[in-house]
Amino acid sequence: MVKRIGMNGDTAVAYAVKQADVDVIAAYPITPQTIIVEKLSEYVNNGELNAAYVPVESEHSALSACVGASLAGARVFTATASQGLALMYEILYIASSLRTTIVMALGNRALSAPINIHCSHDDAYAARDAGWIQLFAENVQEAYDLTLQAFRISEDKNVLLPTIVNLDGFILTHSLEGVNVFEDEDIAKFLPPKEPIQPIDPENPITYGPLGLFDSYIEFKKQQAEAMKASYPHILQAFKEFEEFSGRSYKPIKTLGMEDAEIAIMVLGSTAGTVREVVRKMREKGEKVGTISLTLYRPFPEEELKKVLKGVKVLAVMDRSYSFGSPGAQLFMDVTATLINMKEKPLIFNVIYGLGGRDLVPNHVLSIIEKAKEYAELGEVSEKEIWIGVRE
Amino acid sequence: MKYKSWKEFPIGNVIPEPATSLEYKTGKWRTFKPVIDQEKCVKCLLCWVSCPEPAIIRHDDDTVAIDYDFCKGCGICANVCPVKAISMIPEEV
Repeated sequence: MVKRIGMNGDTAVAYAVKQADVDVIAAYPITPQTIIVEKLSEYVNNGELNAAYVPVESEHSALSACVGASLAGARVFTATASQGLALMYEILYIASSLRTTIVMALGNRALSAPINIHCSHDDAYAARDAGWIQLFAENVQEAYDLTLQAFRISEDKNVLLPTIVNLDGFILTHSLEGVNVFEDEDIAKFLPPKEPIQPIDPENPITYGPLGLFDSYIEFKKQQAEAMKASYPHILQAFKEFEEFSGRSYKPIKTLGMEDAEIAIMVLGSTAGTVREVVRKMREKGEKVGTISLTLYRPFPEEELKKVLKGVKVLAVMDRSYSFGSPGAQLFMDVTATLINMKEKPLIFNVIYGLGGRDLVPNHVLSIIEKAKEYAELGEVSEKEIWIGVRE
Repeated sequence: MKYKSWKEFPIGNVIPEPATSLEYKTGKWRTFKPVIDQEKCVKCLLCWVSCPEPAIIRHDDDTVAIDYDFCKGCGICANVCPVKAISMIPEEV
């Protein structure tokens, strides 16, 4: 049985977390995810959700409490955004290295300064090296679906890594959408209760988080690196099981028109919808353009991407963030590193857009495609980095 | 302690059993190794008093030896020795 409820992105995530029957929530409210933790505190308070809600004094404490709870065997959730994620930073690495199965919703928001509450992907990218699996929702339905799948992925005994579910601040967190939700009693068919991995047991004491110096640290890191790589097929398996359960299909990469596209645009998050609509209209006129958007950002779907990009002449990689002093913004660097050893690869340029919630409209997408066509004709990229919508 | 491959390490950095610190030999932190010349030693025991580890073994007759399992090679013993009976020799890598 499926019912349809009008919800915004935050409410949809909270609803999924309630249905996932989490044991512990430790979080600190921050715009634009505040509704998630407010909703969850209501669920706990009115008895709809039997969980420990830990109100903490900071995000640093929130994630620390989550690490402890997850290691003890609990199903754990937290949510944050921007500055909150920044305050969690040192615990992000600890959570993944200790192989916790925390699920975090990240209401993507620009990092200060200047202070801003709207969407950039600064926070998601700040966590990109920290050993968390990262999923990106394109709409509210996906935010609901991916939250449920995140628990299934993280807790898979072949994975055991924490997962971040990204949803664009305000564009998704606060937008109302009709969402297909499952009945509570059906959830267990897809997401069985969590089994503790290495639970705290006084009869069989073990040490969590010990010192690991030059004689063991690199082995632990190699193991963690391989664990992240090895999670990929199990993420695909979770997507497949979710499709069987829900009828909704999830893949690491979503494409439109890539079977014959010569010009392609790659993007993360809610902007994918805008880009796809423009590309769809252009394809109706016979233009060989295509879009690529990632549902799975970490582990980065390298092999899939290489397959998808065969035959593409020019690729525009769109970043809703900036990496100061780097040879390109974050997704651009991921893509170029993926393609570096391919014999035939497209010309690639980087589009910086939407920082701090600046709108990206269809005409902007058209101008990116025009630029790509120009480079295709020229046979080279004359300007590697383009800022869209910025006042010159 | 036998070094294990990353494939054999327990997941999540845990130490799966208690009291393993007893097996942890800090002697491999050493880059210089103290060596005692017993002929010069006057049994003053300043090294035994000063060693922060403690990694100076004191025998019944007040002769001393180095516990190389735990000596970190700080060199304090060589420094305090009034008769220069302890020399610091580079460890072989």
